[in-house]
Amino acid sequence: MANKIVNEPLFHIAKRGNLPLWKAILIRGGAIVGAILFSAILCGIVFGKNPIKIIGYLFDGILGTERRIWLLIRDTALLLGVGLALVPAFKMKFWNLGGNGQILMGALIAVAIMRSNIGKNNVLVANILMLIGSMAIGAIWAAIPAIFKAFFKTNESLFTLMMNYIASGIVAYFLSVWSVNGTGVLGQVKTGHLPVVLNAHLLTIIVVAVLTAIMHVYMKHCKQGYELSVVGESENTAKYIGVNVKKVIIRTLAISGAICGIIGLLLAGSIDHSINEQTANNMGFTAIMVAWLAKFNPLMMILSSLLIAFLTRGMGQVQTECNIANDAVANLVVGIVYFIIIGCEFFISYQLKFKKGKNSKESSNKSKQKTVKERD
Amino acid sequence: MLVVIVGGISIGVVFLLGCVGEILTEKSGHLNLGIPGIMCMGAAGGCYTTSLYINSLPTADSASWLVLVLVAVLGATITGALGGLIYAVLTVSLRANQNVTGLALTTFGAGFAQFVMDTYVDRTRFSAASKIIRYSIIGNADWGWFGKIFLGHGILVYLAIAIAVTSAIVLKRTRVGLNLRAVGENPATADATGINVTAYKYGAILTGSAIAGLGGVFYILDYIGGSWENASTIEGLGWLAIALVIFTLWKPDLSILGSFLFGMLYIASSGITGVSFNVMKLLKLLPYVVTVIVLIVTSILDSKENQPPASLGLNYFREER
Repeated sequence: MANKIVNEPLFHIAKRGNLPLWKAILIRGGAIVGAILFSAILCGIVFGKNPIKIIGYLFDGILGTERRIWLLIRDTALLLGVGLALVPAFKMKFWNLGGNGQILMGALIAVAIMRSNIGKNNVLVANILMLIGSMAIGAIWAAIPAIFKAFFKTNESLFTLMMNYIASGIVAYFLSVWSVNGTGVLGQVKTGHLPVVLNAHLLTIIVVAVLTAIMHVYMKHCKQGYELSVVGESENTAKYIGVNVKKVIIRTLAISGAICGIIGLLLAGSIDHSINEQTANNMGFTAIMVAWLAKFNPLMMILSSLLIAFLTRGMGQVQTECNIANDAVANLVVGIVYFIIIGCEFFISYQLKFKKGKNSKESSNKSKQKTVKERD
Repeated sequence: MLVVIVGGISIGVVFLLGCVGEILTEKSGHLNLGIPGIMCMGAAGGCYTTSLYINSLPTADSASWLVLVLVAVLGATITGALGGLIYAVLTVSLRANQNVTGLALTTFGAGFAQFVMDTYVDRTRFSAASKIIRYSIIGNADWGWFGKIFLGHGILVYLAIAIAVTSAIVLKRTRVGLNLRAVGENPATADATGINVTAYKYGAILTGSAIAGLGGVFYILDYIGGSWENASTIEGLGWLAIALVIFTLWKPDLSILGSFLFGMLYIASSGITGVSFNVMKLLKLLPYVVTVIVLIVTSILDSKENQPPASLGLNYFREER
């Protein structure tokens, strides 16, 4: 019996207890830095340039001029805004993949009012109508899947996804109606713009900053925020403590969609002054990453949206310097960075315990002691 | 009408391959939202190998039909499987959130495809290559409407149907299929009976991704005739393929009919004449609206047999109880 050979695996995986905060930050930070270095080296090889130069372009793209810094902050704000919209839905375990569609519909209403007679004659009234209209249509666009989810448990991720395509089809229709000689391209709308605060970017930044504060309070200190997180954890528990689950699902998604509508309003009324099918710029998807990286914490999301905006804008500069016409490389690199960051989460929640031949018992004892120490 | 049916079958194959790939993946309990990205990657991979082969020849016409098909299929399936490998490592081994990983993979795949197509693929001979791949078994003989609908397609269409039928048989009638379904329903129970859960998950994800990758290259080299605009077209088709999984109730055999029906809806707007350009834009919404209606109807009917695998979307960790 004593000589029986036991085929033990090289290592086994165990769940971690609480990892000290500094260690978690170290792992995540290390992953981000590692991912950026890896991408720089990859770009260096592909474009035949020095990786250090690539990193130089990356930073030049975001800090090179005052305008670029403004654009970085604005893009961060936009992403953060959409991320904020997704937080309550995701906390409720409702996969709202329809951010793009909700943004587009908000922008569509805004543009429709901007180019109407109200927009031409009375800017203030038009702006108020735009705000109400964008929020309402965004809320409706998100509430439709929510109603069916609440009553029939219809799969929400696919429903919201399809709503994106329906929204972009509706936008395409209006573009071909509005545009001259059916080109499907709408030029700048000259009337009904949102007020300019200092420059074209600051209004967006202020609005999103206010939204961030509101969302933080709503999730942390508001009864509704509590209710929706209970629904997310367990629908039955929510039912037993007297939460009207259906109402919470629909209400939460209406809020989520309304915020996306506001982002659409900002894009159409303050930034682009126009609309096309790509106005949402896939932010509905990108923001999922923003929200998930920050563990759905509105304040942490400032950092995660900054990271993603930094990468996207920076890679844009790298592409210009390397004469690549489209955003392919940016997507590629952002994708790789996502993978590395997603992968690193494993090492935060789990640990590998290695076994070494004869001393397996001792070493596993040692590692046990070690984990006990770490927990202290 | 005939144009819509024939065209619908043709574009339907893209949906079919994406859908069967996703069904196999979902049967292992993994909702792979990266399928659109994987289809893009497959398209790029298949186009790359095809361009390598066809540009190594003195003229495009001297390309052999068999070699060309093989080269395209291998390139697409291997690249697709590589995309699936990224997803599998992250979600199976590292237990990352499936939705987030899938969306990241779609971002990556679209970028990858665009980059490879722009930088490494020479498309000058692609329309010739597409003609060869589309070569139908009856050649130019006239078999009337019957020939046009059933016999007039390139080999890849029949390959796709064969894949769907094989998948259906494997899932329903073999031990491997039974085990795979067990893994998707309840991995802990499957594990206890001695099924290697990790191996089945990897196998299903990689096979599914390879099949989906084939769908991407079919779109470029067969359906669209070798041209390339950008990755977002394939991405859009990929999302529809995922929706089709629900439409066809997780059944590969049913997905053959479902995807052809979907294909006809997809191109219906171009087959209908006598409507204005603006209304045509609205008709393009048809497949999406129909998907939504089907989603709602299936969820209202809510029959026990037609449900997704019970553990879909949940990662399995043996030590968790």
